[in-house]
Amino acid sequence: MSARIGVVTFPGSLDDRDAARAISIAGGEAVSLWHGDADLKNVDAVVLPGGFSYGDYLRCGAIAKFAPVMSLIIEKAHQGLPVLGICNGFQILCESHLLPGALTRNDHQHFICRDQKLRIENTDSYWTRDYSMGQEIVIPLKNGEGGYVADEKTLDELFAEGRVIATYQDGNPNGSYRDIAGITNSRGNVVGLMPHPEHAVEALTGPSLDGLGFFTSAISSLVNA
Amino acid sequence: MIDSVSNAEQQPDTQQPFAELGLKPDEYDRIKEILGRRPTSSELAMYSVMWSEHCSYKSSKVHLRQFGEKAPKTDALLVGIGENAGVVDIGQGWAVTFKVESHNHPSYVEPYQGAATGVGGIVRDIISMGARPLAVMDPLRFGAADAPDTRRVLPGVVAGVGGYGNCLGLPNIGGELVFDDSYLGNPLVNALCVGSMRHEDIHLASAKGIGNLVVLYGARTGGDGIGGVSVLASETFDADGPAKRPSVQVGDPFMEKLLIEATLEVLHAGLVEGIQDLGGAGISCATSELASNGEGGMRVWLDRVPLRDASLSPEEILMSESQERMCAIVTPEHIDAFMEICKKWDVEAIVIGEVTNTGRLVVDWHGEQIVNVPPRTVAHEGPVYERPYHRPEWQDALQANAPTAQVIARPDSGDALKQTLLDLIGSPNLASKSWVTSQYDRYVLGNTILAQPEDTGMIRIDEESGLGVAIATDCNARFAKLDPYNGAKLALAESYRNVSVSGAIPLAVTNCLNFGSPEDPEVMWQFAEATRGLADGCLELGVPVTGGNVSFYNQTADTAIHPTPVVGVLGVIDDVERRTPMTWNTDSDGELIYVLGDTSDEFGGSEWAHIHGHLGGLPPRVDLQREKLLSEILVAASRDGMITAAHDVSDGGIAIAIAEMAMRANIGARFWVQDDIEPFVFLFAESTARAVVVIPRSEELRFTEMCAARGLPAYRVGVVDSGLGADAGHHGEQVIVMGELFTFTIDQLRQVHEATLPGIFNS
Repeated sequence: MSARIGVVTFPGSLDDRDAARAISIAGGEAVSLWHGDADLKNVDAVVLPGGFSYGDYLRCGAIAKFAPVMSLIIEKAHQGLPVLGICNGFQILCESHLLPGALTRNDHQHFICRDQKLRIENTDSYWTRDYSMGQEIVIPLKNGEGGYVADEKTLDELFAEGRVIATYQDGNPNGSYRDIAGITNSRGNVVGLMPHPEHAVEALTGPSLDGLGFFTSAISSLVNA
Repeated sequence: MIDSVSNAEQQPDTQQPFAELGLKPDEYDRIKEILGRRPTSSELAMYSVMWSEHCSYKSSKVHLRQFGEKAPKTDALLVGIGENAGVVDIGQGWAVTFKVESHNHPSYVEPYQGAATGVGGIVRDIISMGARPLAVMDPLRFGAADAPDTRRVLPGVVAGVGGYGNCLGLPNIGGELVFDDSYLGNPLVNALCVGSMRHEDIHLASAKGIGNLVVLYGARTGGDGIGGVSVLASETFDADGPAKRPSVQVGDPFMEKLLIEATLEVLHAGLVEGIQDLGGAGISCATSELASNGEGGMRVWLDRVPLRDASLSPEEILMSESQERMCAIVTPEHIDAFMEICKKWDVEAIVIGEVTNTGRLVVDWHGEQIVNVPPRTVAHEGPVYERPYHRPEWQDALQANAPTAQVIARPDSGDALKQTLLDLIGSPNLASKSWVTSQYDRYVLGNTILAQPEDTGMIRIDEESGLGVAIATDCNARFAKLDPYNGAKLALAESYRNVSVSGAIPLAVTNCLNFGSPEDPEVMWQFAEATRGLADGCLELGVPVTGGNVSFYNQTADTAIHPTPVVGVLGVIDDVERRTPMTWNTDSDGELIYVLGDTSDEFGGSEWAHIHGHLGGLPPRVDLQREKLLSEILVAASRDGMITAAHDVSDGGIAIAIAEMAMRANIGARFWVQDDIEPFVFLFAESTARAVVVIPRSEELRFTEMCAARGLPAYRVGVVDSGLGADAGHHGEQVIVMGELFTFTIDQLRQVHEATLPGIFNS
């Protein structure tokens, strides 16, 4: 069987086609989900793609959490549905309180697009099992509001519980506290990541193939489940 | 009170502010002659804006005709000049549309919004052809990098280009960033967009089918972007009515993104008979052009237009340049389906009129007729001027002042040559552009094959077959100042070459002609010469002009910008897998580095002269037959896998080309100066029709024999070598060695290259 992974399109989603392509290249079946439909089409996992959902008005991700499809995703995520939020998707997961903390404007005030080195800090989550601990990968980063912030207690807990899934290496691109690039919930099914693994799945278009592991991790977990 | 048509008939002697709206007395008289009465204030507003230089091309038209008259024979052009954008056949059933436009003046007044709406406008031109936008590029020009006004304008322009393009989800794959005192007070913000479609999806801007409906959809109409019309507004409203309107439009990229998706969905569903974007001149332009291109008549109920500001006058609504709006012609049986799709994307849509065969564009406002005109006279039969022009008296003196060794001392020692290279690579025009380009998303959509600092942007169109397109834009305006005719050809040659080094076959041309005032005969001469040069060049290279844009009045008082004919060339590549990148890679150790083409003592208008504050002499010689040959060789070498890399040689010469390659690869190489050439000339001359290529040793014979057989000079000048560090006294580092002359580490070079723009714009 092949894993069916839904990709949600909100008004203003931009990397939805890319996420779908990455799922296909990784061997999964990408299923389009529409923000306005309270229907998950029996998918086994969900990707919330990058972009500017609802124009990022109010706050990034703040309006998206009220979309009909999100109420279902939030409910199922609490029951263990694997969910990967990339960039704007990460912001939506924080706004939805599926993940702690928040993402704020880059400390240098500019949008930044660059090839970013990360170190994998967790290989237990649904989305990082195909990596090795401490593995260094390079994938694109592109955000205007990518600075991860949380209170000291939360940050301590995230590290103590091994819930930081990746950290920035060779320079923090956006002022994220403690160089955090991505985190997971305590169950390991919900992952938020600021850089873009879906843009590093083809030699022709990406800086590496290092992003594939996020998708193959979930697919092999689902197929073998 | 509303100035209706009957009002205009009954009160023929009302004084009208035509001069304040930019119309000349004879133009005003012509309007009266066309209508057989004085125009209403709404009609006056429409004519004034549609007959403006920006919309009517009245000063440039007689020169632009050459692009059609001298067009090379080609089967590639599916839609030519005159539509929103030209459409080119790239094979496999795919078509591509691309165009570049200027947003210079708004960007100077309000850098962020001016640049943002420049991107928005060109993207709507592309979607109105039926294409999905795929990428944008931005040729930008500013005054000296460290001038206070550049520091005011540039960060806002870059943030605006990025803010809009990033939110739209279009990769920014290249462009230009040029600094020159000539642009202080007149920055140039040009924006290019490229899109693709299947042949059967091409749509045109025409209102066909009597009884069909005119639908306005997208953002609400507001008071932004109204220039001269505020003159009318102040006359038709009393003192407490809307006063000063901002004349720069405000963009909303989120609305544009929804507009793109909704438009593509209604087009693909076959629900649209004709379509037009609303840009300059807003509803006036869209309705008159659609009607003029179609059945010839249209009836519009202007009071139906959804407004952001209920106090807008009809004149203002007709002229408003509010962004993110489109106009579609839809049959009555398709209207419900059309509206349903708009609703799905939360895009407001309303029927504002219908197509008629009356030959008149009639606009009503709350039951009163305020416009009744033949639409062709508004849209297509505006005034045409044969502006006087003559060669400036100073042109001869300028050309006589060549940067010879007597005028600027030339470096000859190894140390002095090395310092010259470092001075150039750190100069604002040649320094790393990443301060700018890292603010642009180049990855979104997942089809970016090449993006800056590569010579060309390359986008994959078809994921199955690998079919793709490459686009470059170029212009050395100093060359155009020295010789506008050849300067335009040189801009074309460089852009053509930049596409060719990637392995793509050049196919078509777009242009953005940025000049001073057409009322100045010397500027007009520059324009006439540049258009003639570009048309001749396109004919010689066999690449047709598909469309473009003219921007005049880029001048402050009597001082015009350098003539800046920006030329964009589009090429096609049958499989992006075989693209040639600009530099060598980790498998290249031992591969050979060749210079293709001849190098001569040519420094007029060069970067080397520029950093010495010198502009004079003649630009490098143009040889388009040689450019064509070079292009064919580069494409053949890419096809047959004979080369690893290829890089254009232009600004700063061979020294800058190889330094850029070394920094990009982060792998060292050893070079030597070509025989019988003075080192300074070899390193820094800007002779054209040259490229640096990297050849695996196994391919050397085959490649050089091909060059010899075709008559293209090829000189071996170096070898890739990652192990030079230790011998050169830089253990463990990647090093460039230039014969006996000089040595530097790539890190050293990079520090100088990357420090310049952050040093200026982060402080």
